[in-house]
Amino acid sequence: MEGPSFPDPVIDVAGLNHWFGSEETQRHVLRDLGFRLPRGGLTALIGASGSGKSTLLTILGGLRAVQHGSVRLLGEELNGVTPSKLSELRRRFGFIFQGHNLHGSLTARQNVMMGVKVKPNIADDLARDAAAHALELLGLGDRLDELPANLSGGQNQRVAVARALVGNPEIVLADEPTAALDRDSAMQVVCLLKRLGATRGTTTLLVTHDSRILERADAVLRLEDGSLLS
Amino acid sequence: MSRLLQHIFGRLPIGWLQLRRKPGRFAAALTGVAFANVLVLVQLGIMNSMSVAAVKPYGFFEADIMISAEDANTLTEGGNVARQWMLQALADPDVAHGMGLFVGNVPWDRSGTDINLTTFGIDFSQPYFVSAHLQEDLTRLQVQNSVMIDRQARGLPRDEAAGIGPASPMSFEARDRTLTAVSTLSGGGGFGGDGYMLVSDQTFLSLFPGRSSAAPDHVLLRLRAGANVEATLDRLRASISEEGLRIRAYAVAEAEDLEHQKTRRPTGVVFGFGVLVGVLVGLVVIFQVLTTDVAEHLREYATLKAMGYNAPFFLGIVIEEAMVLGLLGFLPGLAAGTGILVFMAHVTALPFALTPLMVATVLAGTILFAILSGVVATRRLWFANPMDLL
Repeated sequence: MEGPSFPDPVIDVAGLNHWFGSEETQRHVLRDLGFRLPRGGLTALIGASGSGKSTLLTILGGLRAVQHGSVRLLGEELNGVTPSKLSELRRRFGFIFQGHNLHGSLTARQNVMMGVKVKPNIADDLARDAAAHALELLGLGDRLDELPANLSGGQNQRVAVARALVGNPEIVLADEPTAALDRDSAMQVVCLLKRLGATRGTTTLLVTHDSRILERADAVLRLEDGSLLS
Repeated sequence: MSRLLQHIFGRLPIGWLQLRRKPGRFAAALTGVAFANVLVLVQLGIMNSMSVAAVKPYGFFEADIMISAEDANTLTEGGNVARQWMLQALADPDVAHGMGLFVGNVPWDRSGTDINLTTFGIDFSQPYFVSAHLQEDLTRLQVQNSVMIDRQARGLPRDEAAGIGPASPMSFEARDRTLTAVSTLSGGGGFGGDGYMLVSDQTFLSLFPGRSSAAPDHVLLRLRAGANVEATLDRLRASISEEGLRIRAYAVAEAEDLEHQKTRRPTGVVFGFGVLVGVLVGLVVIFQVLTTDVAEHLREYATLKAMGYNAPFFLGIVIEEAMVLGLLGFLPGLAAGTGILVFMAHVTALPFALTPLMVATVLAGTILFAILSGVVATRRLWFANPMDLL
């Protein structure tokens, strides 16, 4: 399958700074970051706790406003982007949260369907089938109609992965997606991400502490006290 | 329900699924909405009873124009009108008939129970001045001390009232006279009396020896077919020289009576205030129910926003929840409110009831305010970055 056409690099960050708090309590959490990620690659983002990994990831995902600097995703500048354009862009991402953040009232299949139905004009049947297929790929074919409360932490995390990937996102941003998974499941997810990169040009940036994932990453970004080391 | 909502909204019925997931909280929310509806419906029913009771006696009579004293704000209060003005009115070419209407209060001590009957004295020989359903037995009033009594009067047992008729009259003592009920009419208790009684003007004058046939409480006029009421009123106002007499269309007199009862009488003001308090408390309860529900799901909504769902989508969920809570909460609220009003009507013989318009208005108001509450509760979501809520 031919991937969508968009300018390389897919992620282009320049002079990115971010602060939390204000005045005396203000904390500088991202310091003058700049990097570019090419289409189709799997990049690991590592660093100590509090180094700014999750903050960077959520800024790239359009979940936090860009305070200073430039973040271009798929050719669109996030700094000063309008709410409607931001919603449109978010539909082209797949975001895997550190906590699974599943909707507690929806079944596994319904949660994953939400990842498809966010795009306009998708028929219910198509979304239902796509959701079931994604869950089967992640080994949850027999838990389609279970609520998150009835699934284990690892199973919920796999549902969250399926939800992020089912809509064929152009960029996947993942915050420790394998932390709650056993070795086999974690490798299954990483292999899936790699395969999507190779076949569909999906660009993945994931926060991880897992050395097994680092071995399979195309590139590694290391954050230390908000600054990029490599 | 899920299929119906999915069909209506064209998406997963997330609002309904959220509500259904926690039955205890769902029941509590429905109870809150139902309680709000009971408050408003009962207050409206009480308010409505005053309106129904106020205009009820107007329904006994048929007239085009009514002449009343300056201070006659209602049918049952105010000074008298000189009979000469009725004769003056009859000189108008468009006035076909005139009748003096006498009004007084007749207390009846029925085995220790005081029943106050608002009594109207009429000219039984002019049946076109009474409504059609009263005309049949009207001539029976020509026998002195014969009366038509209110079969729904407060304090009069229904089975006893049902037995009253020309073949089985009921006699009772009132104002030192023996009256004979030969027929009945349907009135009911009001806020000024326990029921109504219709008598001939002669019987009325015997019950009230201080009153004069030359000074009825009101004068009722019937116009010739096709006559213009407004033009006739203008002529009568010009020809009747007594300052301050109220010469009004009968329907206008009825409307002004109702308005007076609502805005000038303490009961009307109190009932109006009751409706206001009921609506305000109801709104607070519904707002609390919706805001609590939205707050519970804010994190999940933020996740959906992070995925690219936008304001109209969340608005849809809120509307869906508001519809479910509004409708499902309204039904028990309506049942309980109606039950309370029926019970109150049974105890007081007042016409406590809800009109279809009231019911529809409260339902629409409930759903509309539930939606507004939901929109207000989700306003944080419109503007916040998802990470501020996650």
